Amino acid sequence: MSNLFNSMIEWIDKRFPLTSTWKAHLSEYYAPKNFNFWYFFGSLALLVLVNQLITGIFLTMNYKPDANQAFASVEYIMRDVDYGWLIRYMHSTGASMFFVVVYLHMFRGMLYGSYRKPRELLWLVGMCLFFVLMALAFTGYILPWGQMSYWGAQVIVSMFGAIPAIGDTLQQWLLGDFTLSDAALNRFFAYHVVTLPLVLLVLVFVHILALHETGSNNPDGIEIKENKNPSTGIPVDGIPFHPYYTVKDIVGVVVFLIVFCGIIFFAPEMGGYFLEYNNFIPANTLQTPDHIAPVWYFTPYYSMLRAVTVNFLGVDAKLWGVILMAGSVVIFCFLPWLDRSPVKSVRYKGPYFKIALTLFVISFFVLGWLGTKSPTPMYTFLAQIFTVIYFAFFILMPWYSKIDKTKPEPKRL
Amino acid sequence: MKKLTIAILILCIAPFGVFAAESGMPLERAPVDITDNDSLQRGAESFVNYCLTCHGASYMRYNRHRDIGYTNEEILEKMIHTDQKVGDLMLSAMRKEEGEVWFGVAPPDLSVIARSRGSDWLYTYLKAFYRDDTTGTGWNNLVYDRVAMPHVLYQLQGEQILVVKGDQKSLSLDKPGQMTSAEFDKFVGDLVNYLVYLGEPHANERKELGIKVMLFLLGMLVLTYLLKKEYWRDIH
Repeated sequence: MSNLFNSMIEWIDKRFPLTSTWKAHLSEYYAPKNFNFWYFFGSLALLVLVNQLITGIFLTMNYKPDANQAFASVEYIMRDVDYGWLIRYMHSTGASMFFVVVYLHMFRGMLYGSYRKPRELLWLVGMCLFFVLMALAFTGYILPWGQMSYWGAQVIVSMFGAIPAIGDTLQQWLLGDFTLSDAALNRFFAYHVVTLPLVLLVLVFVHILALHETGSNNPDGIEIKENKNPSTGIPVDGIPFHPYYTVKDIVGVVVFLIVFCGIIFFAPEMGGYFLEYNNFIPANTLQTPDHIAPVWYFTPYYSMLRAVTVNFLGVDAKLWGVILMAGSVVIFCFLPWLDRSPVKSVRYKGPYFKIALTLFVISFFVLGWLGTKSPTPMYTFLAQIFTVIYFAFFILMPWYSKIDKTKPEPKRL
Repeated sequence: MKKLTIAILILCIAPFGVFAAESGMPLERAPVDITDNDSLQRGAESFVNYCLTCHGASYMRYNRHRDIGYTNEEILEKMIHTDQKVGDLMLSAMRKEEGEVWFGVAPPDLSVIARSRGSDWLYTYLKAFYRDDTTGTGWNNLVYDRVAMPHVLYQLQGEQILVVKGDQKSLSLDKPGQMTSAEFDKFVGDLVNYLVYLGEPHANERKELGIKVMLFLLGMLVLTYLLKKEYWRDIH
């Protein structure tokens, strides 16, 4: 039996790099031995991606991208399709959990300086993944054609209209119409189920290739490749990804699934945060809701969009809002060059960085909370303050990371 | 670092959503129990008698009600008073255009109304109609000011009038109806309970399956943790 198996592998290896790929990416990919809690979220993001792809395919079989039928087809899935409710909740919960996992994954990078040299490209590919994920979430949220789908999309689409000179044309091109209508629903459906998932898959592949080229960072932020066993050439603080991290990640997967299934089976609306209550009202083009709030993962940026209330430097307040909102996401791309600290990991960074990071996290949550609220003068004022703090974290980083009092890094893990 | 981690996790999982009551009137708690088939059946019969004339539940099929203990024959007898078949969608007897002419706005479909409004809002709303001669229908509502819907249940509840004391608004029963206050509360409670079921007919199945899935995952957690521990014994 094992002979037959070996000769089969041999047969394949002559025609396809099966064993060498397995070794290079799993059994002889050496990862630092001190990964902690924060290192589960990369593999979990992959898990959620697979969940979205599979449940998405089954949803597509019964969903109708037609402004007159979309809402009803979702309810048809919820009621008449066998286990349609489960597939739909797995997909809707998966969308939110994708962001939970990706935000924690990105935060890990910020904690331990995973974006620093030599992982700048890895970080940039990751940022591209994040942009595509946002586009996927946006196009997906339109599909149920509820009130929040419709009016949330109106807000986002009108942002493109605020761009000078090309805005109106761009907006019409995106919508395929002068207003948000059936034509837009159809093309957003096409983007959501074909274009964007393809791009996402390619980028995930590139992200993993880039990671396996540089090797993984770790909570101490030192390079394990600088300390190799002279006879074997294997990093002394590295362990093979398989089996060590495969068995460890499976524990992470099970813990994640407990949370994930807990939401799916016992709180699929998640208190109106994962499935908004107003999105159970079919889209009505004539009735603007009193209060439009995007889904929770977009609310920090939405707060920044609304934070600018005055025109200045000859630029319209609305356009400033759009610039700030886009800037608040794009600015992550510059982290590898903004961080001037001699050490990578928060463990050896000084108090300035720790304070700055804490303030950043607080501002992210406060902005997120404010984004779910109707604006009042007080809330807008708060949003303005925390927008400034949010950007200050990045813009002042070259300065505070340089003068910060760091601790010496260890030589070994 | 540990504290920060825990704080972030708590913030990530804290669900703090509430339904908005735009009038600011405190909502009464609806007696919802979607495992109580007797209540759901009473609610279903009231629904087809009092609501389905104007509102539809057009995403829901009649024969789905086998969930709540009916047979197809019982559904035909107790729920279908038109020439519809048992596998049909629960369509309103009134056309949308007629609704717009009669009430100024077409009555909304009620299939998922409990998911957008919430059970407490519906429960309070259905009990909060009062006489108001300044409106087109002669009725107004304390939860939904100048609502287009008339008080469909007034023969059961009786007629309430508005009592204003300073800032406080309350309702008082002016002419009693066929039911006592307690009977009417129970009637509306059953109806709202049914609306909650109607919003998500698979909710009971979801929770039952969820318990099995969670038990399986907890077992898996033990096994996978032991496997991990076994493999990692030689890593220091």
